[in-house]
Amino acid sequence: MTLESQNLINAQGESLTVEQAIANLRQTEDSGLRYYAAWWLGRFRITQPEAIEALVVALEDDIDRAPDGGYPLRRNAARALGKLGQRRVVPALIACLDCPDYYVRESATQALETLGDTRAIAPLLALLSGGVEAATQVPGKPHLVQPYNAILEALGSLGAIAAVTKIAPFLEHDWPQVQNAATRAMYQLTGDEHYGDRLVQRLQAPNLQLRRSAMMDLGAIGYLPAAQPIATTLAENSLKLIALQGILESHLQHIGFPASGLSTEAEQVLSLMDDLL
Amino acid sequence: MSGKGLADISTLVQAIETADSKAAIVVAVRNLAAAKDPAAISTLINVLGYNNPGAAVAAVDGLAALGRIAVPALLEELDGYNYGARAWAIRALALIGDPRALPVLLDTALGDFALSVRRAAAKGIGTINWSQLPEEQVAQAQAQVMEVLQQTTTDPEWVVRYAAVAGLHALALKAVDSSSGAVISQHLQQVISRDQTLTVQARAQMALDALSSDLDELEPSPSSLTQHS
Repeated sequence: MTLESQNLINAQGESLTVEQAIANLRQTEDSGLRYYAAWWLGRFRITQPEAIEALVVALEDDIDRAPDGGYPLRRNAARALGKLGQRRVVPALIACLDCPDYYVRESATQALETLGDTRAIAPLLALLSGGVEAATQVPGKPHLVQPYNAILEALGSLGAIAAVTKIAPFLEHDWPQVQNAATRAMYQLTGDEHYGDRLVQRLQAPNLQLRRSAMMDLGAIGYLPAAQPIATTLAENSLKLIALQGILESHLQHIGFPASGLSTEAEQVLSLMDDLL
Repeated sequence: MSGKGLADISTLVQAIETADSKAAIVVAVRNLAAAKDPAAISTLINVLGYNNPGAAVAAVDGLAALGRIAVPALLEELDGYNYGARAWAIRALALIGDPRALPVLLDTALGDFALSVRRAAAKGIGTINWSQLPEEQVAQAQAQVMEVLQQTTTDPEWVVRYAAVAGLHALALKAVDSSSGAVISQHLQQVISRDQTLTVQARAQMALDALSSDLDELEPSPSSLTQHS
């Protein structure tokens, strides 16, 4: 979904009340209402206990089924829980890593990454079992057997330093997106600039999708030397601004802004951003 | 102007019409934009409606490079555009900074549903070329811009608030009303203490740093239109 259409939905979504959203999620007649309510609770950061409980219940929903056997409501509930910052849902999300629906596993992995709870490391590592050899595409589907991008990124963000030897082989996976995710994790876990530079090189890739993903990765890891290359790569300004925001904010946190005032580097990134407005 | 003849322009226009892929259209539009010829304006405006982002970016750049001369055509056709084309046209107008576009840019900064368009408009109203407006109208127009930008610093999207802060910074540098600098500085201070997004705070801090060092350097009664434009 593009940022623009998301914004449109937000504008319409404002009219729902918290009570209504929770009631919509709990009822089972109308799948569309439930699906939307799960998204809405996450979007508007509704953290009251009734909302969290209803979302956790939705993680085990068997009613809303996609034609391919997937569980759309579970996917949305996992995404919402990732946004709500309540670590008590971590065990319920870990249980989702065994769900037969790839997209539920992916959403749960991303939610676990955001929640930042190291209890997720061991179960995520278990999904890498079999290594790169096992990381093949599911016949007839556009994805691999596991959500490797999300898993590798989560392991990097969660500081799974002991997992480095299991992550490193994915640097050579056939899919460039997986390579990027592994590179990003390796940078986070080792601090070795070699990995940051490898992502910077990806900004020159002929494929727009790859340039975008490298940009987002560099933003996520806050790799300051990437600021200028991001500003000049061929991609949408909206995405460049988000990536530069990621880089700037990790630098600002590092220097202790606002107490510290701005550094020259911060001012340089801000100037790059000004030119993209 | 590059002095290209009309014949060259029609060849470049034809290249756009006969291009057989999205990528080929982008290249052809870039070539036309590079000619910097007013005869290209109507074609560049048409391209905004192609639903081809690469081509639209090239056309916006081309129109922005042509500047004021492209403004009447952009404004004239604004209502007839589909939404996407309108958004690109507003971006071009924001980049050009012609005061004739101010009313539409003010509305857009406050009310457009697409954040990238609000973002461009907020930056654009701050960087209007004030010297192109009759001198007696400048103070009132700037007061309007100031009000809209202050309001825009509470937009739900951080990047729009960021653009509003950048717009206020630009406005402060060109303000004819001598009290504007102080009002803007005070507002920037509020942004720093109130905004939840570190990047927006940082942009406000940069503006504040720059403006306070400017204020120190200026004479007691600083602002005249010619001095800053």
